[in-house]
Amino acid sequence: MKLVMAIIKPFKLDDVREALTPLGVQGLTVTEVKGFGRQKGQTEIYRGAEYQVSFLPKVKIEVVIPDDLVEQVVEAIMRSAQTGKIGDGKIFVLDVERAVRIRTGETDAAAL
Amino acid sequence: MRHLRLRTLAAALPLLLLALPAFAQTAAPAKPPAYDHGDTAWMLTSTALVLMMTIPGLALFYGGMVRKKNVLATLMQSFAICCLVTITWTVAGYSLAFTNGGAYIGDFSRFMLNGIADHISLGDDSGFILGNGTPGATTLTVPESVYMMFQMTFAIITPALIAGAFADRMKFSAMCVFMVLWSLLVYSPIAHWVWAPTGWLFNAGTLDFAGGTVVHINAGIAGLMCALVLGKRVGYGHDNMAPFNLAYAVIGASLLWVGWFGFNAGSAVAANGRAGMAMAVTQIATASAALGWMFAEWMVKGKPSVLGIISGAVAGLVAITPASGYVLPGASIIIGIAAGVICFFAATTLKHLLGYDDSLDTFGVHGIGGIVGALLTGVFSYGPLSATSSSPGGSPGGLAQFIIQCKAVGVTLVWSGVVSLILLFVIDLVIGLRVSREEEVEGLDVVLHGEQLG
Repeated sequence: MKLVMAIIKPFKLDDVREALTPLGVQGLTVTEVKGFGRQKGQTEIYRGAEYQVSFLPKVKIEVVIPDDLVEQVVEAIMRSAQTGKIGDGKIFVLDVERAVRIRTGETDAAAL
Repeated sequence: MRHLRLRTLAAALPLLLLALPAFAQTAAPAKPPAYDHGDTAWMLTSTALVLMMTIPGLALFYGGMVRKKNVLATLMQSFAICCLVTITWTVAGYSLAFTNGGAYIGDFSRFMLNGIADHISLGDDSGFILGNGTPGATTLTVPESVYMMFQMTFAIITPALIAGAFADRMKFSAMCVFMVLWSLLVYSPIAHWVWAPTGWLFNAGTLDFAGGTVVHINAGIAGLMCALVLGKRVGYGHDNMAPFNLAYAVIGASLLWVGWFGFNAGSAVAANGRAGMAMAVTQIATASAALGWMFAEWMVKGKPSVLGIISGAVAGLVAITPASGYVLPGASIIIGIAAGVICFFAATTLKHLLGYDDSLDTFGVHGIGGIVGALLTGVFSYGPLSATSSSPGGSPGGLAQFIIQCKAVGVTLVWSGVVSLILLFVIDLVIGLRVSREEEVEGLDVVLHGEQLG
């Protein structure tokens, strides 16, 4: 099992979800986060006072999938979250040791 | 406009001759006049509209511009000032402002609103004569209770405006004391000078329809003194002090705009054409100022901001306040644009050049906007709007009137500035004006009120 964690632009969330559903992804977790990468921040001006906003709002998606789906899922996220402009985000893939469905006690692949 | 200017200039000389006889209409105490149902209904409505300007209008306007940790404290300031000034006005404020007294202050004949129900008999009522028995007596077709309440809402919003200057750092206890004393020692006297028929600025011919001097310059300069005496917020200039929720500020500014119809059109103290004209110029000047600020900002800073357009609208409302009831729509566009552009530079450039931290621009918007409006009233005033049978020329704009306006502006700046300064120093010595650095960093909501936004 792998955990695919993607940081994307907030307005791309629905596109990503729509791209993942046909692949058989049964669920995912979404968190509103802030951060910076190459995009750095942005400048805001309030009545002449300029503020450097260094952390921009992003959405973090976490989805746990069987090993054989990894390439497809990563490709689908990349395709659907891409605008080609700086600040599109990143995808990380991590190993997952165990998974348990709390309601039934099913484990690992059956719990996904 | 050229036509209007020529007319106003031509009418400036007769004004000087007419100014004195204008106040000689009612020399002896007269029987109270009948009240007018329509006028009274409109004034009751206006009173509610003006109260809405402070709560929730100004509360949201200011509350939306501060950081998240100070939102509740800022809302609390407007609300608490509303309550404190209501009592202050009831006890002595109204009496000091609107009874005859002398040229500089009223008397205590309406202490605790004593005698305000004297003219009610068998459940019926009458209008009343402001300044009864004096040369400048003004007959009003609304009961005194209504006039007292209408004026109370002005007395409430004026100190509440000051709160924008010391946002994020003043002790609540010190603020309460300051506001009560300021209301009695600054607001009531200046209201008396300008609006009571015995007041010396009134008799000098000052034109201030709804409070350019009494409300806005008054609050603006007091705010500047607060900003100077309290000092800058911790982190001013380098910490991010972006507004927590500009949507609140937009709602607040919109409520101010709507409520301002009560403020300006209500200041006709009648439901008539002058009130209608006051409402029209209020709308037109506000839109002009909002656009003026927006385009100025767009050109200078590159983007037309939401905070910019609403700030411009408020600047326009401020500037048209003394002029509404005296000017025509063409002049209101000029007043609006001037206010929008000048206040934009005052709040975004002048403030940073001079280095004081007037947090929410009480001085930049209300002080400067009030001065622009008060002075331009003297230029653009259209005689027939203020004409009466004893003063058929009214008070037209011109050089003479402009000089009178300059004097009223100067007097307000000096009295409000100096007395505010004294009050601030005394309160600082006795209970301290400012929260500690740690408390300020933690936020006033939790430190002063034990509450916070989730």
